Amino acid sequence: MAIKKIGSQTIKLFNPPSIISTSTIVGPKEGDGPLSKYFDTILQDDLYGEDSWEKAESKFIEEAVKSALSKVRLNLSDMDYLIGGDLLNQLMSTSFAARSLQIPFFGIYGACSNSTEAMSLAAMLIDGGYADKIATTASSHFSSAERQYRFPLESGNQRPLTSQWTVTGAGTTILSSNGEGPYITHVTTGKVVDFGIKDAANMGAAMAPSAVDTIKTHLNDTGFKPEDYDIIITGDLGILGHEIAMEMLEKEGYNMSNVFKDCGIEIFDNERQDTHCGGSGCASSAVVFSGYLYEQLKAKKINKILLVATGALLSPTSSLQGESIPSIAHAVTIESKLRN
Amino acid sequence: MSKNQANRNKSYEKYVNSKVPKPNILKNCLWAFFVGGIICTIGQVVHNLIESIYKYTHLDTSNITTLVMIFLGAFLTGIGVYDIIGKKAGAGSLIPITGFANSIVAPAMEFKREGYVMGVAAKMFSLAGPVLVYGISTSVIIGILYYIF
Repeated sequence: MAIKKIGSQTIKLFNPPSIISTSTIVGPKEGDGPLSKYFDTILQDDLYGEDSWEKAESKFIEEAVKSALSKVRLNLSDMDYLIGGDLLNQLMSTSFAARSLQIPFFGIYGACSNSTEAMSLAAMLIDGGYADKIATTASSHFSSAERQYRFPLESGNQRPLTSQWTVTGAGTTILSSNGEGPYITHVTTGKVVDFGIKDAANMGAAMAPSAVDTIKTHLNDTGFKPEDYDIIITGDLGILGHEIAMEMLEKEGYNMSNVFKDCGIEIFDNERQDTHCGGSGCASSAVVFSGYLYEQLKAKKINKILLVATGALLSPTSSLQGESIPSIAHAVTIESKLRN
Repeated sequence: MSKNQANRNKSYEKYVNSKVPKPNILKNCLWAFFVGGIICTIGQVVHNLIESIYKYTHLDTSNITTLVMIFLGAFLTGIGVYDIIGKKAGAGSLIPITGFANSIVAPAMEFKREGYVMGVAAKMFSLAGPVLVYGISTSVIIGILYYIF
């Protein structure tokens, strides 16, 4: 019997795993943004000494995992699993990083929801007694994403005003069955939601309904209210998507005004850095959590957050075939201390 | 898709469209007008110079001017300038032949890592290919119409 399941889509973990370490690595544009002081490594060269964007992204993951482990004096061999994903076909950057990391590996694809999808699965594996220590990763690279989904970098076209800027970077978390927190206490797994948006340059609007669906379900399942959280933060809805999600939630009677934020808005200074609608990509939620939010939780400046990474599950093929954009959002509750 | 979902999607689309930021059309048009105009003026200067210095026929001069403009577009793409111009100018730098050069050189550069055959050569026309196909097809149709009437 699923004794840990509460409500329709949520799990309350009996032995909440602790996030014992994190690490982040970001590109120059992210390093120039308002959260720069929270990142471990800021690259000046977004090729990272490699000869392709994909290899650079792979190295981000490798180095981020190693750096997170070295912070708590653990070795690669101490890890039971590596769970992670990126945006590229066949999970190129994550799979190739896993090739050198040599940790038993689950590759996942939830587009930009990878970070919380990985954390959800890792938390459940540890709570279920199948593992003691798991590394999760999520990464994206502006240049590898552009060439797969959009235009060559040197192409002289205009980006639509609704478009978002793919975050270059990787974030990793190390989860352990024992530790002093912050703890993952609840996991709400999203359903695929599609409100018929077809414009691949407006992913905020495509993903907003999925974030709303998951947040509503989470609050219903757990009985929490928005004000029980210090922050409810989505992954990469961007400026437009955030506004839409906020209005949709308020229409349903949830008062989100003081707690609702978005990693894609936080990571860039939109006016100065000219991103149009903010940041996007797997790394958006991964580096904002592993850098900024983790530090705030550790320092107990905030005590309880709901991290809701959002993913647009389109592919270049589905867009060409005229399909709308299916979206998903996965939520995890992270608390700085456990209360009974 | 059920009727309810279709209705929901329709009203959501309407709602989203009302929130989408609107581009500044006048500003964009002015940028396109002036940058496009500058590119054409450069073309005209090149044309006049070639015609007066080398004394080619008018038709030959046009062909050579085209070559020069293609080179300039490709060169500015290669040194990473054309995308910066394109960001501001939009159609102003897209429509002249320098923009066509950009649409061929940009993917060729981007996919060099996949090799010279399946990368550079195969991807080179990924943006320009449709323009060529429909441009040539249209010119053939118009040629036939011209011949008949």
